[in-house]
Amino acid sequence: MSIFRLFRKQSSAPVARERLQLLLAHERVSTGSDLVQLLREEILAVIAKHVELDNERVQVKMDRTENVSILEIDVEIPRDAVKQAA
Amino acid sequence: MGKVIVVTSGKGGVGKTTSTAALGAALAQRGERVAVVDFDVGLRNLDLVMGAERRVVYDLVNVIQGDAKLPQALIRDKRVETLFLLPASQTRDKDNLTPEGVERVIGELKEHFDWIICDSPAGIERGATLAMRHADVAVVVTNPEVSSVRDSDRIIGLLDSKTVKAESGERMEKHLLLTRFDQARAERGDMLKVEDVLEILSIPLLGIIPESMDVLRASNLGAPVTVADSRSAPAMAYFEAARRLAGETLPVTVPGEKRASGGLLSKIFSRRAA
Ligand SMILES: Nc1ncnc2c1ncn2[C@@H]1O[C@H](COP(=O)(O)OP(=O)(O)O)[C@@H](O)[C@H]1O
Ligand SMILES: [Mg+2]
Repeated sequence: MSIFRLFRKQSSAPVARERLQLLLAHERVSTGSDLVQLLREEILAVIAKHVELDNERVQVKMDRTENVSILEIDVEIPRDAVKQAA
Repeated sequence: MGKVIVVTSGKGGVGKTTSTAALGAALAQRGERVAVVDFDVGLRNLDLVMGAERRVVYDLVNVIQGDAKLPQALIRDKRVETLFLLPASQTRDKDNLTPEGVERVIGELKEHFDWIICDSPAGIERGATLAMRHADVAVVVTNPEVSSVRDSDRIIGLLDSKTVKAESGERMEKHLLLTRFDQARAERGDMLKVEDVLEILSIPLLGIIPESMDVLRASNLGAPVTVADSRSAPAMAYFEAARRLAGETLPVTVPGEKRASGGLLSKIFSRRAA
């Protein structure tokens, strides 16, 4: 490592950018429109009919592009749950 | 019929009032008829930034409540003849703004002006939602800093759901105005880059206003920065932004960068502008 590196603080902007992206993906869901809330609830309700939902294993995110919003629902399904359904 | 623009941000102190005055003046300096409207009822400041504080007789609340007619409340700028200010009240609070009253006043302004620019209060409450309610276009003022970007994201959500346009299923036109930008700090990696903010918020870029003493000087003198010092860097950036608002397609200049960027930024912009 160069000696100058030791004195130079690591740049903070990339950290800010990553923290924001993660935070906003979640905040957009909880503060989103009525339609987003409805979609989220109904989709999760359908899934809950078949798999026991554990909050820790469900990730709801919303990505935004200039023209559309993308609602992303990630559900971890345990292997044995799949067997039960089969 | 005039076009209604809301200058909004969520967070306070990012440059909404400064930008309302500068964009309003820049459009009027092109000869267009402009009314700037202060929606920050209770904390009015646009009159001060525009140097009209001693000429306020009636305000937005007076017009809404029928105590004054619109022409009595409008203050004509002393330097730019086609620029008018509708001040906010200092003594009343936001509860005096009724949705019907705001709709009527905006409707009346649209008949007489080319542009109606609404300076929003900070926050996401009633004052801010009323200011954006009748807008055709939103200018989202953001500083390259985490809390400002977060609040802007929230405001974009409101613009897409709580405005008349959004409620009638139309698309709300939104533009990002990045203010208080410091190229040296961005290069050192201590400030979010323009590309970062654009990627996170996903709305097209209207302009980049540098952090500058000229803005403070202008507000000390009581003139929009485009009038106080039209050759200064922030003034030029505001003139550029105003031209884009008026529909021109121009490459974005990053203040403090040696030459027009041929990098990612200009690609992002030309793609959006195409
Ligand atoms: N580009 C800039 N450079 C330096 N100071 C600025 C700039 N833009 C705004 N300011 C200063 O920041 C403060 C807040 O600006 P203001 O326009 O009142 O923000 P807001 O209306 O969003 O609360 C003011 O003191 C203003 O002079
Ligand atoms: Mg303000």
